[in-house]
Formats: sequence, structure tokens, C-alpha cells
Amino acid sequence: MPKTLYQKIWDAHIVESNGDTALLYIDRHLVHEVTSPQAFEGLRDAGRTVRRPDLTLAVPDHNLPTTARMDPSGTIIPIADPQSAAQLAALEKNTAEFGVPYIGATDRNQGIVHVIGPEQGFTLPGTTIVCGDSHTAAHGALGALAFGIGTSEVEHVMATQTLLLSQSKSMEVRVDGALNAGVSPKDLILHIIGVIGTAGGTGHVIEYRGKVFEEMSIEGRLTVSNMSIEGGARAGLIAPDDKTFAYLKDRPMAPKGEQWDAAVQYWKTLRTDAGAKFDKSVIINAADVAPSVTWGTSPEDVVPITGRVPDPMSFADPSKQAAAQKSLDYMGLSAGTKLQDVEIENIFIGSCTNSRIEDLRAAASILKGRKKADGVKWAIVVPGSGLVKEQAEAEGLDTIFTQAGFEWREPGCSACLGMNPDKVPAGERCASTSNRNFVGRQGPGSRTHLVSPAMAAAAAVTGKLTDIRDYK
Amino acid sequence: MEAISSVSGRAYPFGRKNIDTDIIIPAKWLKTISRSGLGEGAFETIRAEEGNIFDDPEYAGSPILIAGDNFGCGSSREHAAWAMADMGIKAVIAPSFSDIFSSNAFKNALLTIALPQEAIDRLIEVAQSDPIHINLENQIVTTDFQDRFPFEIDPFRKNCLLNGLDEIGLTMQRDDAITDHEASLQQQHPWLVPAQ
Ligand code: SF4
Repeated sequence: MPKTLYQKIWDAHIVESNGDTALLYIDRHLVHEVTSPQAFEGLRDAGRTVRRPDLTLAVPDHNLPTTARMDPSGTIIPIADPQSAAQLAALEKNTAEFGVPYIGATDRNQGIVHVIGPEQGFTLPGTTIVCGDSHTAAHGALGALAFGIGTSEVEHVMATQTLLLSQSKSMEVRVDGALNAGVSPKDLILHIIGVIGTAGGTGHVIEYRGKVFEEMSIEGRLTVSNMSIEGGARAGLIAPDDKTFAYLKDRPMAPKGEQWDAAVQYWKTLRTDAGAKFDKSVIINAADVAPSVTWGTSPEDVVPITGRVPDPMSFADPSKQAAAQKSLDYMGLSAGTKLQDVEIENIFIGSCTNSRIEDLRAAASILKGRKKADGVKWAIVVPGSGLVKEQAEAEGLDTIFTQAGFEWREPGCSACLGMNPDKVPAGERCASTSNRNFVGRQGPGSRTHLVSPAMAAAAAVTGKLTDIRDYK
Repeated sequence: MEAISSVSGRAYPFGRKNIDTDIIIPAKWLKTISRSGLGEGAFETIRAEEGNIFDDPEYAGSPILIAGDNFGCGSSREHAAWAMADMGIKAVIAPSFSDIFSSNAFKNALLTIALPQEAIDRLIEVAQSDPIHINLENQIVTTDFQDRFPFEIDPFRKNCLLNGLDEIGLTMQRDDAITDHEASLQQQHPWLVPAQ
């Protein structure tokens, strides 16, 4: 019987199955400081070990301040917040105690867990990858079955290298045609979430199919798959192809020599067979996608940048009407306002959605020779990893950003969730390249508009949400 | 895990849709390295609202929460389940849950019960003044009136919950099967799972 890509990866990892629940083998486990301390504690209390430390990789990202980590003499600068410091110290201590490979805060390879997985070649096609973080979905861009797990599951994977799971349904999101000029992968995924809704993919694994994804760079695919979770799906998938193999070749943790050749042979089989059935199918015409922006406090609150803030009463569902009104009150917006008239005080370019080199290049291409508007009080760029930062600096992007009035920071999650000192002040707006516009996400009272890197850069220059197509 | 077979008592008639885990427990509470004490931060932004049900003495200490569609969406933070357990909630009833949240809840013996919207509407009405009863063994939610709402639950999860089984312990008993699977992976794809 023809199989979907999801089914193929699922089947290859079943250790045992009783029909409803399968014991699934996990090939790769990424660990960060926020969701792991209680899991290590659980192992310690039960006298258990990490079964496969060699398939595990830990890195701090959520709490780390993005200001300098070492002073000019090379001494590590202590972290001011005692709770953050304690959580980071716990990761360092736990990984040492359990023998888990650890990329420390001052290592040049440090970065956001979902940026470094692909970058190091830890993420490989056809593997199962988990992490105590919902945006693990990102790794599906390389054809890996990757999903976020809770802390009890982190402990389960550490102890057994498996998880007990029931299989999800399959869903295809097919985008044919070609994206218009000025429309980025971020705009596309915002558009998709606007169409399917935040519960549209619940219980499903989404496979992104069609010409648009075939043409898309790996970095763009990572942006798309990353936000599968905002569409309710636990995982996203894009079939690996020559672009994927070229991206992975010679990465530090990718296979080498004959092993590489054998791996590529296998990876080439990882495609949905002709005639395979999906439980759900959504078809989108690429030509319909415009540069997109969110107006509310749910990622499904998406409109084209040329649009207006909707009237809550325009929604058919009464509970959505109430939710939309609440969103507008929180966001300080009124129905009918043109998005392009909305003034912005803060700009955040970063997060595991949009902090890779292509994202920084896209933003820098807009900012080159320009300056942020006076009304923009705070603008920061937070590269996704130390290696992205080095590359950007080699290309002179850091100078473009700083000359435009941006702060150039050290890698981490930063204002994506505001666990570290990088927060958007209460009542202020932020054009953000991150993935969640939830109430208080970027700091208590913060108002987030999700956009692409180029749109964030354009908003910095004009001080308003801006249509990148009018802006050359 | 603690065994659980039924939950009975008052319920918070909350009803809101798309409650994400940032609302259940905001990021600033995630800096802890322990599982306990998170109840204090639970639903913090909602508790800042005048007249919110969580601080209404009528519902204080209710073991059940009734919510809207897509409960627990967003981040994978298990802190959301810990925070709710810490405030004394033992079951959530909603039309649908995010996959990660219901799995996290299950690991903490917090029941997530999916019922159709009509049932939710009725339970919210009842919850204003009367208790709600959940029987896991028989998979049914009832009230002191005529209401009877059967629900589905994965048989494996049900068994673990009823008997308080530790999943990690159960899986570790399958070590031979895991080792066999690893050995076959090493044969087929040595690059994938290297020999130890
Ligand atoms: S960048 Fe944001 S979404 Fe990504 S892992 Fe960090 S906190 Fe989560």
C-alpha cells in the first residue's frame, strides 16, 4: 500500500506496538535549560541513567542574556537574575553528571536549540527528533519526524530512548504556483495558519507539499515547519531532496564518506508514495499569499499588510467575536484601522523562526544605508547561533544593523518569550519575527505583531507596519 | 504516578477558547527547577481581571475546570500541568485539547476529558451552583440532574491512570526489545545510531 512520508518514518521506528499505542525509538534528543531540570531530578531520584547520551545534545538558550557573555579579558560575566543563573547552572551540572554532550553559553556553536540542530548536522532526514520545546517541529524541514515533548517525556526519553505514543493523523498542505515578489516563507506560514486556524492541525502531522516548498531554501523550510505548532500540528514535514543533502553535507555531526553515500541513498526513499492518502488536505494557491501580519493575540489573527483590523462582529462564531474584541482591547487597536497606519515602538529580529543567515540578510538588505525611525525606541537583532553571528559579521551585516540603530546581540531566545532581560514594555508594540503573539508573550502587557524579517526591517525604518512591496 | 478513578466536586465554569500555556503559566514562572509551587502563578493574567472566577470564593479549590476549544495550545511547558495540579485541579473538560498538553496532563494524573460543545455548555450551566462527577472506570461525566456524558479515553492511558502505573518503569521492562531495535538500526543505518 502506498505510504505517506510520515507513515514511513513512523513505521521505521516502532519498537513494539499494540495497535493503539506504539513504543517509538527516538534517534535524537535536544535538551535545554528550562524543561530539563525536573527530568534530570526524576532520573536521579529513581537511580536511573541517560541510556544514550551520545544521541543527546544539550544547549542553553531560553534564559541566557544576549548581552556580552565574557569581558574583554575572557572572564565569564555572571548572570544577574539568580533564578536564571540557577537554571543555567543546573543544566551544566546535570549534563556533566549524566555525561550528556553540552554546548556551553560561551561556545561559538551555542545558539537556539532549533537553529543549532540542523546547523550541526544533528538533525538528519528520516530520524525521530524530540526536545522539550514545541518548536521542535522546525526540524521537520529536513524530513525528520520532530516534535515537542513535556518534561515527563524528556525524562522518559533520557531513561529509555523511546516514547509511548499513539499515531497522529496525516494532513497535507499543498501550495502550488510560485510566491509573488516580496512574499517570504514567513508570510506563507502566517497565511496558512490564518487559513487553517490554530486548531486546524490538531491531532495531525502536516506534510508541506508542492512546487513552492520544492523551490524553497532549507532556511525558508525551517521557518515554515517551525510554525506547524501554531497551526495546531505537533510536527511538520518536508520531503528531503538535493537541497537538503547539499545543506547537510560536511556538517560536523552529519555522516561522512561511505556512510554519507549510504545515508543519501536511504534518504532518497523518504517521499510520500504516489496514491498515498492523507486524512486531511488543504490546498493553497501561492499567488493568493501577500506579505502578512497579525493584528490580535492568536497566530491565526492574520491579515495581508494591505488589510484593516477586522470588526469582531464580522466573525461568524460568537465565541470568536468575543475573543477578537478581547484581542483588540489588549492590542489597543480598533476595528477598521489600516494595518499600515499602526505605529511601532520596538523591533525584534530573532527567534528559532527567523534568526538564520538568510533572515538576517533579508533584513539587512532593507536597512542598508537607512536608519530606524525616531519613534522606534528599541530595535534588536539576535542571531540564532554563534555561527550565524560569525557569518553575518563576515558579511558586514552587523555594521548595517548597528548603523541603522539596531543593537547587535549574542544568540538566544531573547524577546521571543522574554525569560531573559529582553522584554517589550507593557502597552508598547513590537514588530517581531518570532512565532507567538500571545498575551504577555514578549513581556507583561507587550503587544506583538508577527512579521517576516524584511517587514520588521521596513517597520523599523518607517516606524509603522509597512508593505515591503512598496519599499525598495 | 498517583492512581485516580474518579473526580467529584465543584467546577470552574471557565469556558474560554484557545487558552494557551502562556496564559496557564507565564514564562517568568518557568525559571524554577522544581515541579511544585507553581499554583501561585497559574492563570496570572486572568487573575488580574476584576471578578475573575479563579478568585471567586464560590469556586475556591474546585477540582474541575471547564474550558473551551483547543485548551493548552502553544508551548510544550509541562509547568502548565504542574501549575494546575498545584492549584488543586484534577480534571479539565473541554471540546478539544492540544496534543502536548493532554499528554503532559496525563503524566501528572490530571484528566483531560473531551466532550462536545453542547455538553460543555450544559456543564457550565450546572457548574454555577452544583457539582460535577467524573467516573474514569465507566468513562462518564454526570451531574446531580439527568445529565450523562460518555467520553473516550485511550485504553493504555486509562489503565495507567486507574492503576497509578509509572510509564518509565513499564518501558524499562521492555529493554530487550529496545536493544534489539537498536541493533537492527546499527546494521541497517550505522550512521544513525552508532554502536556504543
Ligand atoms: S526562540 Fe522562541 S519559540 Fe524558539 S525555542 Fe526559543 S523561546 Fe521557543
